This record gives sequence, C-alpha cells and structure tokens, in this order.
Amino acid sequence: MNNNLIQYIFGIADNCLILGQRLGELCGHGPSLETDIALTNISLDLLGQTRSYYQYVAQLQGGDVTEDTVAFLRVENQYLNTLLVEQPNTDFGYSIARQFLFDVFHLLLLEELQNSKDENLSAIAKKSIKEVLYHKRFSSDWIKRLGDGTDESHSRIQTAINDLWIFTDELFHQTDADKAMVSQGIGVDVTLLKTKYYKEVSEILEEATLQTPQIEYFQKGGKQGIHSEHMGYILTELQYMQRTYPNMTW
Amino acid sequence: MKNWPLWEVFIRSKNGLEHRHCGSLHASDATMALENARDVYTRRMEGVSIWVVPSAQITASNPENNGETFEPAIDKAYRHPTFYELPDELKHM
Repeated sequence: MNNNLIQYIFGIADNCLILGQRLGELCGHGPSLETDIALTNISLDLLGQTRSYYQYVAQLQGGDVTEDTVAFLRVENQYLNTLLVEQPNTDFGYSIARQFLFDVFHLLLLEELQNSKDENLSAIAKKSIKEVLYHKRFSSDWIKRLGDGTDESHSRIQTAINDLWIFTDELFHQTDADKAMVSQGIGVDVTLLKTKYYKEVSEILEEATLQTPQIEYFQKGGKQGIHSEHMGYILTELQYMQRTYPNMTW
Repeated sequence: MKNWPLWEVFIRSKNGLEHRHCGSLHASDATMALENARDVYTRRMEGVSIWVVPSAQITASNPENNGETFEPAIDKAYRHPTFYELPDELKHM
C-alpha cells in the first residue's frame, strides 16, 4: 500500500523537481533582469514543494532514505514526471508555454489534492496553492503579452504552444498507483480535470489571439518512467555532485 | 526589452507605515511593473503593499541649482524648534 502512495507522490513531486531544474537553467540567462528573477523565483517555489513531498517519501520509506537520496540517487526510469516538464528552454516562448500548460494543470490538481484524506498531502497542497496561483498569473500574462504582441512574438509563442501541445494529454493519464490512491480518497482523479483544463487553456489562448491546436495523437511515457531524450541530460546535471562525490554535503 | 520604460518602486513594509522608495525597474506597462516589483523587491517578505510610478512622471530638483535651493537653509538653525524648554512628560520629540 505504501508503495502505491510513494509512486503516487513521485508522480506529482517529480514534475516539480524537473520543471524547477529546467527553470533553474535560466538563472542569469533570462531575457531581462526582472523576468530572470521571476522565473528563478518560480523555480525555487517548485523546489520547495519538491522538498516537502520528498521529505514525506523519506519518512514513509524509512531507513537511510532522505530527501536528497530521493532527489539525486534514482535512475531515469524511476522518475515519474510527465514529458511536458522535461522539454527544453528553446526560447522564452517555449519556457512560457511549458510553464503555462503546466500551471493550469498544477492549480487544478492542488485544488483537489487539498481535500486528500492524507494529511501530509493535503497540507502540502494547501501551502503550494498560493505559489501556483502566482505562477499561473505570471505565465498566463506572458501568453497574452506575447500572443497579442508583435508579429514575431505571436508566431513564436504559437509555435511553442503547437510543439508542446502533444504533451498535454499525458497530464490526465492515470497510472495504477493513481487509481489505487483515488480509490482510497488520497489521490486526485486527474481524468476529471481534463475538460476544465482544456476549457481554461483555450480561453486564455483565445484572449491572447492564439489558436488552440487540434490534434488527435499525443505523446506519453513519462508517468511510466519512459522519458524523452532530454531527461538523461537533465539528470546528468542534477545528479552530478552526488554521483561524483557520494554523500557530499554543503 | 531594452526599450521598456523605467519605473520607480515604493514598498510599504507594514500596515501603518508609509510607502518608501526602494528602487527602480524596467517594465512595458504598469501591470508588468507591479509584477516585476513583486518578484524583484518583495522576495524576502519586505512588503504588504507596492506602488509603481513611471520614472518619467517624477519632476526632480536640478543638482546644478543645489546652491540656491538648499544652502541658504544651512545657517538658519533658529528654524529648528530646538530652543524651547520641553516638559519632562513629553517624550519622542
């Protein structure tokens, strides 16, 4: 039973870790000082949430497991984040599109997770909601600014939305751990969030004068530990210190 | 983004206190200036309220005129209310 709970937590927390890591890459490379700080703020919020989830996992697993071993010492197919969050920062448009497509989902998820029968998950969700509300405001604002901006910003953000769209459906796939946790009143039934998600996303895209992509085939795999080619590179950087100097501490 | 105008940021650290100037930043409009101010200047719980003002809207005194603007006040100590005997009960003056 604990195993399902742990897998379920990874399914949520690994999204925060990997997206946080991706945003961290932009530290010092943002398009302006102000947006640079904003994106790294979001990164730190996500890493803070990740810590809360991993501390809980460490407590469930017991023994020598700590939040750090959970974060740094798993192998690629043990990370259960969705493919969306591991996609690269191709340009500012891609970073914003990825953030926006995740934030809308993230907020819907947390709003339900705060009613979880699991007190720890409910508490983490309640604390995270305020942060994610801001993330969503930030990314939605930028979607509108870029979409309704110049010809170039419009075409770039539309391209990013089109390219990342194939990763959105996976957000609503249920794993076995998901199903087990939903049946116990601990997990959120993500399939129920889908209609609301696409409605909210397309409303904001419309306001931004952007087209909502219409496609039939979507990518999936991350939630089962089957990742895109980008994941190995992310982990190489993320895990470098612990792999090179095992047990090092600050 | 190099063409974004400059904004002055004022933060109120606590209710009851005044907004204080804390710095400036670039933003394309007032909404973005507020968001940027939140991210740049209130990350460490510095504030409960933010004002942003376009820097161009501030009329400043000219430093070249500092002589006639400020210096005449230097030798007029009698303009400070320091020549009164205050009762002991009166504090914080």
